[in-house]
Amino acid sequence: MKPLLTVNDVTIRFPAANRLAARLSGQPRFIEAVAGVSFALEAGKTYALVGESGSGKTTLARAIVGLVPTHGGQIEFNGERISGLSENRLRRVRREIAMIFQDPLGSLSPRLKVRSTLAEPFTVHGETAGIERKIIALLEDVGLPAHFAERYPHQLSGGQARRVAVARALALRPKLVIADEPTAGLDVSIQGEVLNLLRDLQAKFGTTFLMISHNLNVVRHVADRMAVMYLGRIVEEGNTAAIFAAPRHRYTRALLSANLKPDPDHSAPLIEVEGETPSLLKRPSGCEFHPRCIFSLAVCKQQAPKEQIDAGHRFSCHNPG
Amino acid sequence: MAEPEGLLDIDNLSVSFRTPRGDLQALRNVSLKMGKGEIVGVIGESGCGKSTLINSIIGLLPANTCALSGHIRFAGEDIVGMADRDLRRLRGERITTIFQDPMTALNPVLSIGTQMTAIQYRRNSSPREKQRRTVEFLEKVRMPDAEKRLGQYPHQFSGGMRQRICIAMALLTEPDLLIADEPTTALDATLEVQVIRLLRELQRDIGCSVLFISHHLGAVAELCERVAIMYAGEVVEQGSVRDIFRDPRHPYTRKLLECDPGRILELRAVMPTIGGDLPDLVHIPKGCIFRERCPDRFERCSERPPVETIRAGHRAACHKARELANP
Repeated sequence: MKPLLTVNDVTIRFPAANRLAARLSGQPRFIEAVAGVSFALEAGKTYALVGESGSGKTTLARAIVGLVPTHGGQIEFNGERISGLSENRLRRVRREIAMIFQDPLGSLSPRLKVRSTLAEPFTVHGETAGIERKIIALLEDVGLPAHFAERYPHQLSGGQARRVAVARALALRPKLVIADEPTAGLDVSIQGEVLNLLRDLQAKFGTTFLMISHNLNVVRHVADRMAVMYLGRIVEEGNTAAIFAAPRHRYTRALLSANLKPDPDHSAPLIEVEGETPSLLKRPSGCEFHPRCIFSLAVCKQQAPKEQIDAGHRFSCHNPG
Repeated sequence: MAEPEGLLDIDNLSVSFRTPRGDLQALRNVSLKMGKGEIVGVIGESGCGKSTLINSIIGLLPANTCALSGHIRFAGEDIVGMADRDLRRLRGERITTIFQDPMTALNPVLSIGTQMTAIQYRRNSSPREKQRRTVEFLEKVRMPDAEKRLGQYPHQFSGGMRQRICIAMALLTEPDLLIADEPTTALDATLEVQVIRLLRELQRDIGCSVLFISHHLGAVAELCERVAIMYAGEVVEQGSVRDIFRDPRHPYTRKLLECDPGRILELRAVMPTIGGDLPDLVHIPKGCIFRERCPDRFERCSERPPVETIRAGHRAACHKARELANP
């Protein structure tokens, strides 16, 4: 099957905060927030991008919707190249790709009623006919009663705000929805509601989801495929079940073992990761994870590992598990 | 599980706030004991009263507090009704706190060294000695090059390092009680593990008790010995971590554990949820506080449930607490 979205060797650069200082100290003038990332997303499935702060997952998502420019590689959507399109042509694509932002309350205008927030996608794309009916239908889709149209964001609970954000993303029936941390900050009892809602909508409309999450427990249940990112690169990619069953990259292993089990008798040996994620301005040599990896070999310091592929499961590690 | 020698004894604590809609009963009849050197977790979702509980202990309840009853005995002294002067003697000295967001807990315009020296104002020692102590504690939290970094400002540290600084500051006075309010929520998983290990090591080293507030069941299971589950302003169940996670008796605890995707081993298409909403704490419903959302409710739940003792130290406030045993 032809993938709905193909990300091919994409690089995204930002100027370093202090360019003069960077030049004087011999540091690079750019940081590569995303450095040569490739993956493909099959239609109707859920794909998860996993990684810690600064791994580039949100930047990559923003590039797919055209909110930040790419500096290398291509993004193809539905067989058409969408990276580097003009704003005008992007608008047409954006009908098909919607985003649910990380902070649901922050992404809703505090001065707009839910009605106006939900009307906006229709107005922008000139579909104002029967808008009132569409808004009520959207609220119904996400399980909110019609009178919520009259509420302001501050009158919504965290879970309700998340539902409104989902409704807005689904307004134009996009083919692809990018959900940035859709459950972060929610109580576990409500987390399940939001995940179930996304799953129901996927079943109903055949929506494809690209989910960004640091919650591995959630990813395990909802994603068909996943990629683990570190310092702007994919270090491991494959079928979610396969990665959870047998993670190969040492970083993935560490990440999985840092996922504390809510079970006092659980005593899986914790794989310690040393220190913190390095700065993108000072990318380590060789395998970029080597300074924090307790399994690193001499070669890890000198040579970047080549990507290996094993039955559709990709990883880049000199000393895989 | 036997409760060790007491340090903190919260006894029948109730707190209400005045709101335009009426009095909001944020905490109702909360009882919780902590022993010396014990690590106790408090688990609860938004609106369960965790923050009110902390604020009651450190005597920082907001101005619209309209009713406060019960006792909070700290090393024998009652904090409820204590004069501000006496409270200040405890707060920041014998009871210290780490907050969720290390960036807002630190002063952005003062260097770390200045802040950490200033906070030792009660110590009768020379500035040089205070600085030495600052470095010692930064090293305890594994700050690399601690001495060199004293002149740096909070924004020059990463999130994980900032939280370590906050931990070092909270431990500088060698408190009897450390309150950790969601200290790992803002951190990545690998850092969360590091911070939890650090807390445990330092707790052993200093010997203080830790009240660890979290909504992350995994973190509580990893760090704590005992745990209290709060719902809508009440402690609905408490006991050893083992008893609570293995044999929960309150339906809310059971549902909460069931909802945690980390505990669901086989893959699920539909995730479990707790239906319904939190009750209105201005108009407290009669009977059991969890009744409306409870899968096990029956007629008797319209009466307030007794606190049943399941085994030593394990108590649950539910009419069915004795029946709801795990097979």
